[in-house]
Amino acid sequence: MRRVWLIGLLLSACSSMPARDVSLYQSLGEQAGLTRIVEGMLLNIAKDPRIVGHFANVDITLLRDKLVQQLCVETGGPCQRSGDSMEEVHKGLKLTRSDFNALVEDLIAAMETQGVPVPVQNRLLARLAPMRGQIIER
Amino acid sequence: MKHTLAVLFCSALPLLAAADGRLLATGGASSLEGAAGGGITPWAVLAGYGEAGECGATAFATRVDSQDYRLDVTGAALAWDNRVELSFARQRLDISSLHLPDSSLNQDIFGLKVRLFGDLLYDQLPQVSLGVQHKQQQNFLIPELVGARRDQDTEAYVQASRLLLGGAFGYNLLLNGGVRYSRANQLGLLGFGGDANDQHEVLAEASLAVLFNPRWVLGVEYRQKPDNLGFAQENDWSDVFVGYFPNKHLALVLAWAQLGDIAGQSNQNGPYLSVQGSF
Repeated sequence: MRRVWLIGLLLSACSSMPARDVSLYQSLGEQAGLTRIVEGMLLNIAKDPRIVGHFANVDITLLRDKLVQQLCVETGGPCQRSGDSMEEVHKGLKLTRSDFNALVEDLIAAMETQGVPVPVQNRLLARLAPMRGQIIER
Repeated sequence: MKHTLAVLFCSALPLLAAADGRLLATGGASSLEGAAGGGITPWAVLAGYGEAGECGATAFATRVDSQDYRLDVTGAALAWDNRVELSFARQRLDISSLHLPDSSLNQDIFGLKVRLFGDLLYDQLPQVSLGVQHKQQQNFLIPELVGARRDQDTEAYVQASRLLLGGAFGYNLLLNGGVRYSRANQLGLLGFGGDANDQHEVLAEASLAVLFNPRWVLGVEYRQKPDNLGFAQENDWSDVFVGYFPNKHLALVLAWAQLGDIAGQSNQNGPYLSVQGSF
């Protein structure tokens, strides 16, 4: 009986805890913090001659909301993924490795402006770095 | 000649001006032998900040002040496509404290480095590069007198480098390791091969560095050395360094180098300062 109870506890623990670690989401300031970071990054991109051209015909408000949502998902926040896949939305853009790095630099600069501690920045970058293959050279 | 061709090649490309496709500090500093890397060891990274389809170039000057000697190095490197690097370094070791016929030992080093596969930061595999260095000792009188066998030689190395995001208690960690196949005495300043050993040896090189932010880095390096000359012992080298990368055009490295015995003088330890410009 005790064993059944224990297994039941383990099972319910597993099902109610889909391995979500919200600490990164919280460290970045949750929804408000992510929004400030994304808006800062978009402002940096607007001043970045290397990649601003890629955003010429983009609805920036919609992009901001999508990016905040995506960062929320990636950092363990209470958001659901929606829309097309990363591969799909970058299809035909032929983004280069250099473009990707330029965006990373604009993101880092935005996080520095927001005073995000370096270890927290690195945790976010470590989540995003594996996505490069879904974004570039498509 | 190779340099001239590559310069022409790169100049012909309109992308040259935008050669900053890689992240800050990922071009490393300039090593004593001209290749991109740390100070006493090369890394697998290529000079400058050029990514695929871009050129990168660096020029540098380095001084090491040890107890009895002073080493001055100037040089330049050119990289293309984040794939191939050509480098040149001119070394002058001031030995006037020894009161010998020559007041210095001089050497020129021509280097070629090719990224074989992988990436410093992205992809599954670490960045792995193969390098070849052709070294020409310029004033062979003293090296020959102390037993060196030849005044020029070619050596090869393989290096693997990886930047682990958050790898050091949340801070980015650069790991670097490789082997060199060499018989150079004190980098080649005392010639190549000697009375005690005249064969190339496999020698280990490694370094580890922590990036406190994208601009500041603190690290250590180690380099195994041959010991080919009977007249004096040669020791492995190591150093502790601080690197500062304020932007993609400047890199400063300040280190404390431990060079051990050199030509009979022991405890050749001292400050190392290197300035690199990136274009």
